[in-house]
Amino acid sequence: MAKRKKNGKATANKAVAKKNGHSDLTFFGWRRDNGRVGVRNHVIILPLDDLSNSACEAVANNIKGTMALPHAYGRLQFGEDLDLHFRTLIGTGANPNVAAVVVIGIEDGWTKRVVDGIAKTGKPVTGFGIEGHGDIATISKASYVAKQYVQMASELQREECDIADLWVSTKCGESDTTTGLASCPTVGNMYDKLIPRGIYGVFGETSEITGAEHLARARAMNKKVGDKWYKVWKSYQDDVIEAHKTDDLSDSQPTKGNIAGGLTTIEEKALGNLEKIGRECKYIDVLAPAEAPRKGKGLYYMDTSSAAAECVTLMAAAGYAVHTFPTGQGNVIGNPIVPVIKISGNPKTIRTMGEHIDVDVSGILRRDMTIPQAGDALIDMIVRTANGRLTAAEALGHREYVMTKLYRSA
Amino acid sequence: MAIPQLLVHDRKDTVGVVVIEGLKKGTDMLCVVTHDNSSFKLKSKMDVPIGHKVALTDIKKGDTIWKYGQDIGIAKAKIGKGEHVHVHNVKTKRW
Repeated sequence: MAKRKKNGKATANKAVAKKNGHSDLTFFGWRRDNGRVGVRNHVIILPLDDLSNSACEAVANNIKGTMALPHAYGRLQFGEDLDLHFRTLIGTGANPNVAAVVVIGIEDGWTKRVVDGIAKTGKPVTGFGIEGHGDIATISKASYVAKQYVQMASELQREECDIADLWVSTKCGESDTTTGLASCPTVGNMYDKLIPRGIYGVFGETSEITGAEHLARARAMNKKVGDKWYKVWKSYQDDVIEAHKTDDLSDSQPTKGNIAGGLTTIEEKALGNLEKIGRECKYIDVLAPAEAPRKGKGLYYMDTSSAAAECVTLMAAAGYAVHTFPTGQGNVIGNPIVPVIKISGNPKTIRTMGEHIDVDVSGILRRDMTIPQAGDALIDMIVRTANGRLTAAEALGHREYVMTKLYRSA
Repeated sequence: MAIPQLLVHDRKDTVGVVVIEGLKKGTDMLCVVTHDNSSFKLKSKMDVPIGHKVALTDIKKGDTIWKYGQDIGIAKAKIGKGEHVHVHNVKTKRW
């Protein structure tokens, strides 16, 4: 954990000036009680389960500046699938981009479990069970608390923080051949520059490493971590793909959008995907879905689906505060609590749906922009986003919050 | 440098990627290998959309297709130099 800077009065201009050459990169964020730094200051109304979405949305409608996070699950789950559900909800509330949380569940027991998990961060959190009260009384009580929270949060101030306080995740989507040439290597170059500066990084997408698994395994910091990674990858092949595939997965992975963009096979897609971890950095541990990193600064691998909203939701639940998202054909995904920065090198996508793209690296294809220059442009956008610039996905209202479900509920 | 029509990741590769919109059959393409910035010329034998691949050499049925200097699949038909390479003539070796 980087040291707290005493001077919170420095100006944003100073941060921008300092970043030239990346000699002293800083950003302005909210430092939470547990030491983590957020780049957004959300007050969220978090449903324990599908049944509580309605009450949460009513509270968010009553109290301006709060946000409900409706989702589809939370009932009759068990075992590892239930553990993941709790880890995702608690991790979402614990994320440093969140200032305070109201949790609403159908009953008190599991609601309390989520509240207790989030409370460990020291941030304000209160839970409400609907049974015995009904929606209307619950909405009323929860709205009073949400109002207090949003007024409290609105007075919290940003302070200047070292770039090492930033946790930056990555996952690409609607990839094509330009992502492997331009936008994924741009993220890789960013990691090659910022991981040595002490940030936390993470990449995942287990199914989408197929064809590049020999390269991914070799990028572990040592044989033990590489073997741990290989076990996760192999178990997905054996337990999920072999158990459920039809003739092959070529209708799903690559996706129809990938194929329209020129990607032919999963091997080709995987090799482009892996460009996101650059040339230098090694991953230091392999995380379960939504598991928070515990081995200090550096790059991590997380076992995730390659579906965009599921993956970004899991990485946000692990505590990552900014997401970098290379796209070729134009995936429009966002996340409710984490700004998702879109990078594209496809000139057709820039031309036809440019409102979704934050960083245009199509110059790489024209050979008038180098990958190191693109990496610098991305770092600049990460700092601006951390300082408060809304991403395209935020401005367009994209708030996809999607639970990963491991198997059928009981 | 002039704007290339085709980018190739690695010298070992047998395919390159069209990086401009509206590439027409018969274009004498400027091709750049991104790994070492070397360049060569290649004539396209058909119209190929942006992002799609072109064969850099004659490819036989059953040949491995190389991109990023790596194996990306197998040719399921004969592919001539300068022709479009995609799901109609290449298949994964996985799944």
